[in-house]
Amino acid sequence: MEAARFPVQRIAVRLVEGIDGTLMVIIAALTLLGFAALFSASYETPGRVVSQLMHLSLALMAMWVTAQIPPQTLMRFALPAYVVGIVLLVGVALFGDVVNGARRWLHVGVTRFQPSEMMKLALPLMLAWYFHRRESSLSLRDFAFAAVLLIIPFGLIVRQPDLGTAALVGAAGFYVIFFAGISWRLLGGVAALFLIALFPLWGLLHDYQRKRVLTLLDPTSDPLGAGYHIIQSTIAVGSGGIPGKGWLNGTQAHLEFIPERHTDFIFAVYSEEFGLIGNIVLLVLYGLLIGRGLVIAANAATLFVRLMAGSVTLMFFTYAFVNMGMVSGILPVVGVPLPFLSYGGTALLTLFIGVGILMSVQRHRKLVQT
Amino acid sequence: MMGTAELRNSERELAQFQLRIGVAGVAMLAAFCVLLARFFFLQVMQHDHYRSKAEDNRISIVPIAPNRGLILDRNGVILARNYSGYTLEIFPRRVKSVERTIDELSELIEITPRDRARFKRLTVEARNPESLPIRTRLSDEEVAKFAANRFRYEGVEIKARLFRQYPYGDVGSHVIGYMGRINQADQQRLEEEGVDANYRGSDYIGKSGVEASYERELHGTTGFEQVEIDAAGRGIRTLSRTPAVSGNNVVLTLDMRLQRVAENAFGARRGALVAIEPGTGAVLALVSKPGFDLNLFVDGIDPAVWAELNSSPDRPLNNRAIAGVYPPGSTFKPFMALGALELGKRRYNSTINDPGYFIFGDRRFRDSKPGGHGVVDLHKSIVVSSDTYYYMLANDMGIDAIAGFMKQLGLGSPTGIDLQGEATGVLPSPEWKMKRFRRPEQQRWYPGETISIGIGQGYNAYTPIQLAHAMATVAANGSMYRPRIVGHIENPRTRERQSFEPELKGKVPLKREHVEFVKRAMAGVTREGTGARAFAKAEYTSGGKTGTAQVIAMKQNEKYDESKVAERFRDHSLYISFAPLDNPIIAMLVIVENGGFGARAAAPISRTVLDYYLVGKMPPGLEDPTPEDEFDDGTESD
Repeated sequence: MEAARFPVQRIAVRLVEGIDGTLMVIIAALTLLGFAALFSASYETPGRVVSQLMHLSLALMAMWVTAQIPPQTLMRFALPAYVVGIVLLVGVALFGDVVNGARRWLHVGVTRFQPSEMMKLALPLMLAWYFHRRESSLSLRDFAFAAVLLIIPFGLIVRQPDLGTAALVGAAGFYVIFFAGISWRLLGGVAALFLIALFPLWGLLHDYQRKRVLTLLDPTSDPLGAGYHIIQSTIAVGSGGIPGKGWLNGTQAHLEFIPERHTDFIFAVYSEEFGLIGNIVLLVLYGLLIGRGLVIAANAATLFVRLMAGSVTLMFFTYAFVNMGMVSGILPVVGVPLPFLSYGGTALLTLFIGVGILMSVQRHRKLVQT
Repeated sequence: MMGTAELRNSERELAQFQLRIGVAGVAMLAAFCVLLARFFFLQVMQHDHYRSKAEDNRISIVPIAPNRGLILDRNGVILARNYSGYTLEIFPRRVKSVERTIDELSELIEITPRDRARFKRLTVEARNPESLPIRTRLSDEEVAKFAANRFRYEGVEIKARLFRQYPYGDVGSHVIGYMGRINQADQQRLEEEGVDANYRGSDYIGKSGVEASYERELHGTTGFEQVEIDAAGRGIRTLSRTPAVSGNNVVLTLDMRLQRVAENAFGARRGALVAIEPGTGAVLALVSKPGFDLNLFVDGIDPAVWAELNSSPDRPLNNRAIAGVYPPGSTFKPFMALGALELGKRRYNSTINDPGYFIFGDRRFRDSKPGGHGVVDLHKSIVVSSDTYYYMLANDMGIDAIAGFMKQLGLGSPTGIDLQGEATGVLPSPEWKMKRFRRPEQQRWYPGETISIGIGQGYNAYTPIQLAHAMATVAANGSMYRPRIVGHIENPRTRERQSFEPELKGKVPLKREHVEFVKRAMAGVTREGTGARAFAKAEYTSGGKTGTAQVIAMKQNEKYDESKVAERFRDHSLYISFAPLDNPIIAMLVIVENGGFGARAAAPISRTVLDYYLVGKMPPGLEDPTPEDEFDDGTESD
């Protein structure tokens, strides 16, 4: 008799428990905009919308699960996740599949995945955990060790070669080191060193990578080749004007002038159809997401969660800034998706797990404050 | 006390952290302001400019694929050309249902299940699926039929496309090579080479042979046409046109008539033949049997045929001449003899007694002739092919000396021929074994292993081209030329030529007297030795050496009985040769897989080929070397 009364209410309460309302509203709005743009970009491949919906449901589940995990538990994953990530990256270098000339994918049973994607979260997790453990006696040596922890996966991913992901993973690690309190002077020194290192680095780049950078400086030099992406996406953005051409009315997107219009260049489709107003809405939404993330980080109790929340938040910023900068022609073309808008399951999963971490930090802030 | 200090410390830390959060927040805000400024610049200040640009984008740039260069043999015989054919193409984006369109089309024009299967594959694989061919090679009648009913088929058009055509079908298929659709790996390579823009109008690319290794020359430069398009992307009119520039013709060193004679001599047998001009390195013939009809590939190979070619145990796609590795068997002996003379291990007149076996430790190495050859000197050792002589010689020379000498002749290294996919082979040495094996007991070189190296067995494994190349080097008294398959490249319009001069890779320091001795001994083979029957009554002089390479290892004292061994496990038959004796103009290696004794299968093929090359004797049935011209040649007028 008791079982007949299905505990709907209790299940509902349990489901929303630990879900931060503010964050949820913001990413819901972003996701909606994403589907609008994706629908427009997929007029001839409607299957994309359906499969993105499936990616989304999976990502939501992952977010929910992550939000339930207390940060202390999360901490326990840090070392294993990092070690497994490194082992997989080495595995990729040795046995990975070559797709489009780069060795990024690893076969796991029936499916294959990119271990470099996993590093985007595993590296900051590892560094945050490390700093947390050494909290009481942080010294210069710890920062040096952290740098080593960062450089190993970074180098492996650069070698694949996948500069975009390497830069994102490097940035995620760097944010943790920054928030852990590396001295400003040291930071300046490292920045200067990095600039100097750019010169020999240039020599190590593949020809097509160099070409991408060079065409960024002058896209018109190669209008049929590498400059084509930037020229066409800039035209799409610029021709959108203030109000935009209207949903489903973007000529640039629909006449197929925009390459990769589902994935990395979805912002061109969005911007053409929704104009400056749409762009401002997007910037505000990202701003709110980042602001909320920073507030959560600032109120967090332990060093570990602070560092994680700070790093994840800055990752959202980095994705958004690099992608929109690239599409509007002020940053080089690197493979960085626009968070919550670009088509693709793996990136969506990483992003939602990131949101889940923020939610977990927010929910458990009191529990750990003792 | 400690507690408060720690608390104060963590408070300071928190303050520091919050300061950094603030700094990051400000930095991010600034970055977003930069983006906002950029958007304002593009969408407000430059809006008119970009709006007109987007309008101009109604002008589409349509690539014009260039004519691919021809492939010709050294006498100007066309081996690969183009013909223009009509294809029936579907624009998937402009039709409601591709399936239904095909069904409707099949009422008018014959569409086979094969066409459907191929179309399906194309929709998955094609790089720019703007329009895809459902039928190729339409007849004039079919073109007329469709033209009359065109209004019924929205999104279907007839296009003129150029197709590759190979007049000789499967002759020289491994040299000429086949074409295939540009796949993702090709695309990536084109991007890395920075030539992807030049392939915007191309669907096919060379996948093997000269079609692949001279792709850059053959392809040509893509032209562009500016076309005004309507909102649906359909072309309305052409505004301007930059014509395509045809690819260059590639002229081979190969003699197609010789190639045909050689392939014909093989019949249905498997194997390889490489003929090289000693003084230049020019490859005169390069056979790998079985071959395959190159024309099967030109408009997208049928998946079933492709699967069959790939899974056939005869491995027809494999270029045995440069990628097959075989033990050289007794064709190794002339090189051993030359090495022995050069290193002072043997003199012309030093003799041994050959009882029919050689005992090393407790192992007994058999001679192929039971009872042996009696008293054998160096000359006779080659003429009668004494195994015992070379067991002893190998033992006396030692593996390091053998490997050192053979390496000079290029054995065990790629020859550097201008074709892709050349194998390295194995030049056995203690160093090689060390690298090849993992376990220490396998890594060690045992002196007993040196013995069978002497007769071209053991770990010895070389490509046919390496052996022919080594023979050519000896025939040219040590001058080593890089084997070349392409003689020159020709601009089809200006007829301007770019020739490849013979490339001297190096000079092996061989004493002329020693080389002459080995050549004379090899001539002895054709007169009174193992090749005498095959070369009876030859109208020219030549030198040769038979070889029989074991496919499966025989146990000691076990006798090889050809009739009892399954065909696949029969010995390979080899013959290495050069002709004429003085100033050779051809050096050649022939291998017939599972052909049995060298004298039986490979030597007669060599005879047929040399007969044609030296005295022009054409075997019956091959009198007319040029096939009928069936197609219009799309490029000749260009």
